[in-house]
Amino acid sequence: MVGYVARRLLQSLGVLLGVSVIVFGLLHLTGDPTRLLLPLEAREEDVRQMRALLGLDDPLWVQYARFLTRAVRGDFGLSFKHQVPALTLIFQTLPATLQLTGAGLCFALVVAVPAGILAALKRNSILDAACSVGVLLGQAMPVYWLGLLLIMVFAVGLGWFPAAGRDGWSSLVLPATALGAFSMARIARMARSGMLEVLAQDYVRTARAAGIRAFVVTYKYALKNAAIPLVTIVGLEFGILLGGAVITETIFAWPGVGRLAVDAIFSRDYPLVQAIVAVLATLFVVINLVVDLVYTWLDPRIVYVRSVR
Amino acid sequence: MSVVAHTAAPALARRRRRVSFRAAFGLSVLLLMGGSAILAPQLAPWDPAKQMLLKRLRPPVWQERGLSQHPLGTDHLGRDILSRLLYGGRISLGVGLTAVTLSALIGVSLGLTAGFFGGRLDALIMRVVDVFLAIPYILLAMGVVFALGPSLGNVILVMGATRWVQFARIVRAEVLSIREREFVAGARARGNRSLRLLLHHVLPNALTPIIVVATLELAFMIIYESALSFLGLGVQPPTPTWGWMLADGRNYVASAWWLATLPGLAIMLTVLAVNLLGDWLRDTLDPRLTV
Repeated sequence: MVGYVARRLLQSLGVLLGVSVIVFGLLHLTGDPTRLLLPLEAREEDVRQMRALLGLDDPLWVQYARFLTRAVRGDFGLSFKHQVPALTLIFQTLPATLQLTGAGLCFALVVAVPAGILAALKRNSILDAACSVGVLLGQAMPVYWLGLLLIMVFAVGLGWFPAAGRDGWSSLVLPATALGAFSMARIARMARSGMLEVLAQDYVRTARAAGIRAFVVTYKYALKNAAIPLVTIVGLEFGILLGGAVITETIFAWPGVGRLAVDAIFSRDYPLVQAIVAVLATLFVVINLVVDLVYTWLDPRIVYVRSVR
Repeated sequence: MSVVAHTAAPALARRRRRVSFRAAFGLSVLLLMGGSAILAPQLAPWDPAKQMLLKRLRPPVWQERGLSQHPLGTDHLGRDILSRLLYGGRISLGVGLTAVTLSALIGVSLGLTAGFFGGRLDALIMRVVDVFLAIPYILLAMGVVFALGPSLGNVILVMGATRWVQFARIVRAEVLSIREREFVAGARARGNRSLRLLLHHVLPNALTPIIVVATLELAFMIIYESALSFLGLGVQPPTPTWGWMLADGRNYVASAWWLATLPGLAIMLTVLAVNLLGDWLRDTLDPRLTV
């Protein structure tokens, strides 16, 4: 177990190192970053001065090493637009994003898990059919369209919830629903097939044959085992939700990291873009590390399978 | 045993019938969408970029103030929605298909290499896969497209370069089991070189999952393209795209519902059709596949 944890930690660090290469490369993509940073009509000597200031005349690997040593300490430089350390801006907006993605994930789980399980228990019923239609629609609806529809119906039409901004719980309902819908569809599908698989296992049949009440068999024995694969996808879903938050926050004017990122990209605020990508990727890696460790704790067979390979 | 056989047979038949209905639905919607995209110049009643300011924001024909020349209404610049939807389909499907092809080329080559040669190369490629999984691809794509300039080619390039991971993972897993099979050992014993072995013996046997992933990824790419368009980083105007039309409609959610609703409906129908087809392909070709 300790060996596995250590290996998994090392692997996560490797991934973060790879992320840093891509984040670093983002700025150098167009050749000369000074051209991105300065207005088009900048004079030649200004460009030269800027190059010297940013250390762009050094060899690329020296620049990367410098970038990495600073990034590890959380120093991504000042945001061009706001003239504040990029990380400060992110930490100001991150709570809003975490609140939105957390609410989206909760909403997805609360609807999808019971729906998937019921669909599996009442297989081929009307409920099952309704569930699979919901899954198909949920997977086909782009988040920005669903967001606009929700605004049209529930904000403009019925006036139940605000259309934009972050002001109390009622403002969270529409963005969280829009963001969570896609994950809801995927989780419901997984829950259904997972439950079906477990229900077909020998130990469920044995428990039933032994005369244990159907309720206990379903909700105690089967459900526990069906929950295990769901834990891993929650980690992956979280990454998908963080990506989806970029668009959701733009539509609902939600003051989170996603909107900050879109704004930073359009104002060529490269230090801020780099910092945001790095922070979100780190968040994803850490969450998946935790999920993996929880997973091995829930299902000890996993460690043995991996160490054999 | 007989009890099992009796309950299993009708269930299987029912399953087959339902699956094939879904597939037929998916295929016909897709053919309709594809056909109207290809024939857009012939089918579209108007030039999609033509502005008719006197006929701004007209609703679809079945509503009051609707005009019969504009069956699905007009937008805020008086452009015909139906014509724009038809032309937009060309971008969505065209970009989607090219981007999937590109990402399949990258992903399949890397997956084949990783699975077949194993060792350090495999470890390296799989770590790169992890890196790409960790970065929110939409942010990466936005950053890159913005830096390079939002042109048709760049959009396709970036979409292909950020989504190859799925292909690499599934192909690697498939190759790991194929390379242990006897026909591969036999081909090797006959003196086949590695490259020939890969292309003639391993790749054809990994084709099923590649086809399935490609279909499901196409659905994804269509959403991806319109998301970039929606954010203003897709193919640039005056070329009409569904995502761009949605973004235009954003400012009129209160007054002109059709502007944002119709392009979204087009995206959803197309994605739904492709997904249905992908599900059916997976269930028929290889039910054990989990993608």
